[in-house]
Amino acid sequence: MKILVCISNVPDTTSKINFTEGDTKFDTNGVQFVINPNDEFGLTRAMWFKEKQGATVHVATVGGAQTEPTIRKALAIGADEAIRVNAEPKDGFFVAKQLAEVVKNGGYDLVIAGRESIDYNGGMVPGMLATLLDMNFVNTCIGLEIEGTQATALREIDGGKEKLSTSLPLVIGGQKGLVEESDLRIPNMRGIMMARQKALNVLEPVDAPQLTKDEKFDKPAPKGAVKLVSPDNVGELVDLLHNEAKVI
Amino acid sequence: MSVLVYTESLKGKLKKNAFEVASYAYKVAQDLGTTVTAVTFNAQDDATLGTYGVSKVLKITNDKMDTFNAKAYADALSQAAKAEGAKVIILSSSSDTKFLAPILATKLDAGYVPNVVAAPDSTSPFVVKRTAFSNKGFAHTEISSDVKVIGVSNNAYGVVENNVSATVEAFNPSLTDGDFAVKSVEVDRVSGKVTIADADIVVSGGRGLKGPENWGMIEELAQVLGAATACSKPVSDLGWRPHGEHVGQTGKPVASNLYIAVGISGAIQHLAGVSASKVKVVINNDPEAPFFKAADYGIVGDAFEVVPKLIEKLKEFKAQNA
Repeated sequence: MKILVCISNVPDTTSKINFTEGDTKFDTNGVQFVINPNDEFGLTRAMWFKEKQGATVHVATVGGAQTEPTIRKALAIGADEAIRVNAEPKDGFFVAKQLAEVVKNGGYDLVIAGRESIDYNGGMVPGMLATLLDMNFVNTCIGLEIEGTQATALREIDGGKEKLSTSLPLVIGGQKGLVEESDLRIPNMRGIMMARQKALNVLEPVDAPQLTKDEKFDKPAPKGAVKLVSPDNVGELVDLLHNEAKVI
Repeated sequence: MSVLVYTESLKGKLKKNAFEVASYAYKVAQDLGTTVTAVTFNAQDDATLGTYGVSKVLKITNDKMDTFNAKAYADALSQAAKAEGAKVIILSSSSDTKFLAPILATKLDAGYVPNVVAAPDSTSPFVVKRTAFSNKGFAHTEISSDVKVIGVSNNAYGVVENNVSATVEAFNPSLTDGDFAVKSVEVDRVSGKVTIADADIVVSGGRGLKGPENWGMIEELAQVLGAATACSKPVSDLGWRPHGEHVGQTGKPVASNLYIAVGISGAIQHLAGVSASKVKVVINNDPEAPFFKAADYGIVGDAFEVVPKLIEKLKEFKAQNA
C-alpha cells in the first residue's frame, strides 16, 4: 500500500495572531511553525500502517522553501520520502489541484490529510482532492482499518459517530482519534539524522485558478472586564444571565 | 438564478440550523434581487420554510438517502443548483455539511468559503466575513468564481422570520452507484441529549473537576439548562470523557449563546475554540486563571460548592418561570 500524507505548515497552537501590511497578511514575525495537528494524527496513523502492514509513506506539502523544516520533521517521524510543491498556497482549491497532480503521478492508494488546517480553517482540501481524482472520501475520520483494498472508517458526526465501509483508493480528512494524543511521536536523534538522507523532491506547481482571496483581516474586539459574582451569592449569577445577558 | 439553500433534516424533521441558513439565504437573495430555493431530503415539514423566506422547495424523497451520504447528497445538490441556475449556494456548518461542501464546490467549479459569520460585506464584488486562525481572527474573503458556496457558522446570523409562501415541488436527481461507494454501516448517535453543534447552551468541565466520577454535577447542570456537555482537551486526553466532547482549537468549535466553563483554566487553544460563544461564564478557584480575562461573568470559588448551589438556584428560577 502506498500512502500520501498531506502536511500543512501552520503556526503553533499557542501563537499570538497578528496581521501586517495594512491587515492584509498574517504576521509571521516570531511565530513558530509546526505540522498541522490534524495532519500529525494522520501521519502517526500512517506510521502504524508502515510498521504493521508494510506500507510506503510519502508526505507532501504545498509551500515555499520556508516550509522545509516542517516537512523534514515529518521525515524524522518516519515518512520515507517528501514532496514539496514550490508555490504559495493561494486558496484551498489551488492546493487541492497541486496535490491532485502529486497523487495522480505517484499512484497512491490512500491519501491522509487533516480535516482542516488550524490557520485558515478551510476544511476543503481533502474533499476537493477526492472529487478531482474521483476517489472515495471520508471526512472527520477518527478510526481507519485497511484489509487488502477494503477500508473501514469511523467518522465523527454531530452527537456521535458513524461506521463506514468503502474501498481504496481513498482520501481521508483525519483528526484526533485516528491515533491518540499519547501516540504522537517526538523525532529522536536517529530519526533526525536519517531524515537528512531522505529524498525531498521539489516540484513546480501546475496552473490552477484562484477562486477565493482574503482581502483583509481583523481581530475580535477586545473583551470588557469580567463581572465577578461572589460564591456566596450564586443567585445573582442566575439573575444576571436572565435579565442582563438574556441567555436563560 | 435563485439563491439555493441546503436545509438539513434528521428523521424527517428539519433541523434548527435549516431555519438559520434559510434566513441567511433570504438576506443574500434580497441583496441580489432574487428568491430562495431550498433543497430538502426526506423532510416532512418543508412547508414551514416559507416562514423564513423560502419561495420554493425542491423536495427529494428517496429511501436510499435516509442516512446521510456526502457524495450522493452533493451530487443531488449540484443537480438542483444547475436546474435552478443558482449562482450562490448557502450551507450550514454541521459536520455533515462540511463533509459534502468541498465535493459540491468542486462539482460546480465554485469557490467555497466556510465559517461565515455575517451577511455579505458586499455582493459585487462578493465579499464575506469569516473566522480564521481558529477564531483568533476574521478574514474578509472575496469569492471570484461564477458560482459561490457559502458555509454559515452556527448561531452567527440567527433565525429571522420573513413570511413568504413556499411552493413544494418534487425533485428527482439521477444518482449513480458511484455516489454510494462509501456506505454507512452503523450510526451511533447519542439520543435524548443535546449535541454541542445544536446547543444554545454548553456546560463544559476541565481538569479542576479532579476525575470522571465528578461529572454528575456537570451533567445535572446541563440537564437543568437543556444544555450540551463538553470538556477541555486534557480531560479528553486523560480519557475522562469521550473525544466527541472535546472543545477547543483541535476539538469541536463552540458557538453557543451561553458557555459555562467549570474548572477550566483557559489555555489559549481552548479559548480560541469557544470564543464564538456569545456569553461566557467561568467558575474556577484560581483567580489568576486566564479564562477570567475572556469571560463575561465569573465566580472565583470551589466548583464543588458553587455548582450544586447554581443547580439549586437554576431549579428555583425554572420553577418560577415555567
